[in-house]
Amino acid sequence: MAKSNTTTKHKTVEYGRYGYYFIAPFFIVFAIFQLWPLIYTMGLAFCENYYDTMWNQEIGPTFNGLANFGTIFKGSDGTLFNTYTFNALFNTLIMWLMNFIPQILLALLLAVWFTDTRVKIKAQGAYKVLVFMPNIITAATISVLFYKLFDFPNGPVNQFFVNAGLWDQPFRFLMTKWATRGIISFINFWMWYGNTMIVLTAGVLGISPSLFEAARVDGASSWQIFKSVTLPLLRPILLFTLVNSAIGGLQMYDIPKLLTTSGYGDPDYTTRTITMYIRELAFTGARQTGKAAAASLVLFVVTLIFSLILFYIMRDKDAIAEKKAIKQAEKARKGGL
Amino acid sequence: MNNNKDGGLHARILGAQIFRNAVCIFLCILSLIPFWIMIVNATRTSVAIQSSFSMIPSTHFSENWQNLLYQAAQNVSLWKYMGNSLFIAVGSTALAVYFSTMTAYGVTVYKFKGSNFAWAFIMAIMMIPVQVSTIGFFRFMYKVGWGNSYWPLIVPAIASPSTVFFMRQYMISALPLEILDSARIDGSNEFRTFNTIAVPLMKPAIATQCIFAFIASWNNFYTPSMLLTSQAKFTLPMFVQQMRGERFRSDHGIIYAGLVVTIMPLFIVYFILSKYIIAGVALGGVKE
Repeated sequence: MAKSNTTTKHKTVEYGRYGYYFIAPFFIVFAIFQLWPLIYTMGLAFCENYYDTMWNQEIGPTFNGLANFGTIFKGSDGTLFNTYTFNALFNTLIMWLMNFIPQILLALLLAVWFTDTRVKIKAQGAYKVLVFMPNIITAATISVLFYKLFDFPNGPVNQFFVNAGLWDQPFRFLMTKWATRGIISFINFWMWYGNTMIVLTAGVLGISPSLFEAARVDGASSWQIFKSVTLPLLRPILLFTLVNSAIGGLQMYDIPKLLTTSGYGDPDYTTRTITMYIRELAFTGARQTGKAAAASLVLFVVTLIFSLILFYIMRDKDAIAEKKAIKQAEKARKGGL
Repeated sequence: MNNNKDGGLHARILGAQIFRNAVCIFLCILSLIPFWIMIVNATRTSVAIQSSFSMIPSTHFSENWQNLLYQAAQNVSLWKYMGNSLFIAVGSTALAVYFSTMTAYGVTVYKFKGSNFAWAFIMAIMMIPVQVSTIGFFRFMYKVGWGNSYWPLIVPAIASPSTVFFMRQYMISALPLEILDSARIDGSNEFRTFNTIAVPLMKPAIATQCIFAFIASWNNFYTPSMLLTSQAKFTLPMFVQQMRGERFRSDHGIIYAGLVVTIMPLFIVYFILSKYIIAGVALGGVKE
């Protein structure tokens, strides 16, 4: 691997400039369609810009400093964070956690089962196909389907429980805060645990089988093997799953938008996510583009912090310690010489 | 004594096997049951759906289907929505896959000043979701007159960092640089070498990424629902949103039939290609 790298370096050095031509389309399109909109959003966040519905005219954008951020961070009663923006952010995070914790646990369990050489599961190919399937189905369609399934009073779920005599009367799922949050989290969980399971299974299969054998020869129990071999070696992949899921979860939009009765996070905005709120601000009523841009910036920063924190928590302490030890050993050797 | 222990071990393994298979079968049923209820209800009349729960299909699917087509056609035909989604998905998939292969080729095959930085940059922007720049994107598109248009749904696919990532991973192991050198000696220019030698060698990765890019675009609701304003340009997920509205609310059979119709193409594609899709997910996930 290292050898072929050095040889290619020699051979391709004179063709280097072609590299720029090959990567140019990517960077041009990125600059126009992603970078510029991001900068534009950042600029608008510091501007007063909305639509005056009374006079039918657009106000701004004119620079107004941190005024947008003021209304985002400080509630009308003066308390910090007691605002719609942070409410929406909290809703998003809680619904992400409610889906992610069971998702990663179940995916990990299945990954261990599917790679167990002692207790073989012969039909695992078929299980994988079926368990992964909801992941590729349109989230919009799934949300409308669940909206119908949990309908009141005659949705199939209510009919089932009432017919079976388990409930006296139908339940208003989509008018109850925790039921709605639970359904949204469940849909996310149900759509994604198959994906996570496949990624983790690939991760476990990537661990050298001789490590497991050695542990078994030494008399380690299944739990000990999982705790001391599988889990530490899966750490990079777990980190990847965590960051990916957190960033994806923060952008949650389709499911709560199409599942909740009015489409604005019923009941009482307790299932309104941050992206729903941003779009509500920008595209309905007074079209408060400036404030929406400021809220987007908050989302951007939270996304960034999230990935940094997770990277920090999950960093490989052993590898860092090992590197340090190697450095020190080298120093000592040099000193000795 | 030894025999006895062996027997106990066997029994334990058998027990574990039964338990684990039972859990897996339960999870498979969990995956299927919402879709099964959907299919069953698509074959029942609205009155029957209202009055009782059933897991056994009835015989009214063609009725619901005709009503659905009729109701949709009051506005825009259902086929039109499907065609729109297909057009956007094919366009963006072709661009995403071709240009991602090209970008990966640029950073893998050539060593130039800044090539490492370019790669690190692509990795870093993979983390930035499109939702954070929605406001600027929307205003910018309307300013340049691309508001109610398919261009903003297709062209940005040229910059797909995660596809580039996958392509590069595959390229490192599947594209021998010696072949490129011999092509050069034969007098092929760099772009021809890319198109006629590198792209064919990348076929397996291209096929996998085509599936993922296509499904992602087909399922996209966020961007189209923000940009598109004229009914004739709506995509299939936007039609699904409309099925919750006034026009369809009265007839439950129609809604379930509509959901079946929007899901069926994906079901068919998935059960034909599931092997490649699952292999692709496993490959894409192992990043280090």
